[in-house]
Amino acid sequence: MSEYNVLIVEDSPTMRQLIAFALKRIRGVRIVEANDGVDGLKKLSAERFDLILTDINMPIMDGLKLVSLVRNDANYRSIPIVVITTEGAQEDRERALALGANDYITKPIQPTKILEVAKGLLRIV
Amino acid sequence: MQKDDDRLTSRGEEFLQVFKKGAEFTQDLLRENERLRYRLLELERAPGPGGEAPTHEVKRLSERIANLEAEKQEILDRIRQVEEENQDFAARYLEIEDENNNLANLYIASYQLHSTLDFREVLQIITEIIINLIGAEEFAILLLDEKSDELQAVATEGVEREQIPVVRLGKGVIGLVAQSGENHFVSDVDDYQRDFLSPMVCIPLKIKEHVIGVLAIYKLLVQKKEFAPVDYELFTLLAGHAATAIFSSRLYSDSERKLSTIQGFIDLLTK
Repeated sequence: MSEYNVLIVEDSPTMRQLIAFALKRIRGVRIVEANDGVDGLKKLSAERFDLILTDINMPIMDGLKLVSLVRNDANYRSIPIVVITTEGAQEDRERALALGANDYITKPIQPTKILEVAKGLLRIV
Repeated sequence: MQKDDDRLTSRGEEFLQVFKKGAEFTQDLLRENERLRYRLLELERAPGPGGEAPTHEVKRLSERIANLEAEKQEILDRIRQVEEENQDFAARYLEIEDENNNLANLYIASYQLHSTLDFREVLQIITEIIINLIGAEEFAILLLDEKSDELQAVATEGVEREQIPVVRLGKGVIGLVAQSGENHFVSDVDDYQRDFLSPMVCIPLKIKEHVIGVLAIYKLLVQKKEFAPVDYELFTLLAGHAATAIFSSRLYSDSERKLSTIQGFIDLLTK
């Protein structure tokens, strides 16, 4: 049985593969992938997750909407969320954090940065 | 007379008695003296608190101290050496970690590029690689029309496709890159001013030495200040793999279209 269940919500297969590559270095991690916010919510309702990593710019439902819905749902509100986006501006960071995201990573993606943030939120020493 | 004799005898015995006791006492004194002299000799030999040890013992202990000091120094040197080795290992570990991440980026880029034969999907994947792995915000992919010798944008990000001019082979930075097959990088990314005819980075998309198009980058993401070594490797990878993927997907699309046309004719003929 896996120790940590992590949900990656990202429309780009390249990004999903890259994020998954970084997270697979965590022992006992299990990764579930979703194509957009709606798919992410569907996957969330099916099982328990310890961490969500989501892109902001996605079709159907964007990452900010997903963060907002997760934070307003008593069943999921305790799950840490990391937002991944191309936006580097401070206001985008603040917007994501104000909605309830725990951390924020900007593209281009560095696997070490993903690993560091994920380990911190999963409380892995 | 008899009385005097008895008294004399008694006094003699008393004297002898006293003399005997004196002799015994003298013997005791001599024994005690001998015992004390022996004890004194012992104390002189043994190093008491604050007392001086015999020379040979001092020498032995001095040698022992010197040996221990040498051993201590040796251990300290070894610890220092191990610490230096640890620092080397830590630095090497970080280097390998970086290499590993870079290889992962290259592997994922390559894997994704060859994951489809759909021309539009290939362009989309190239776009994703440039945004997510290189960190570019504004760029265009131009393909060469070998009949007209012109380069025309087929995909753009951050700019409208119409903004990208059609470029003749050999003309301007883009045309020269397509003609020569050599990469172009501006010397200072910070000082670069956007010019659609002269991008900050222009990479030829080549199959061996045959150029099929170029990738032109006009702006990096806000947080991307400069190119990392892995970016140049990604550019090299894009130059080859993206070109192959584009070429294969075009061939596949063409053959699919031809197959569909032929199938249409066959259907018409056999009806």
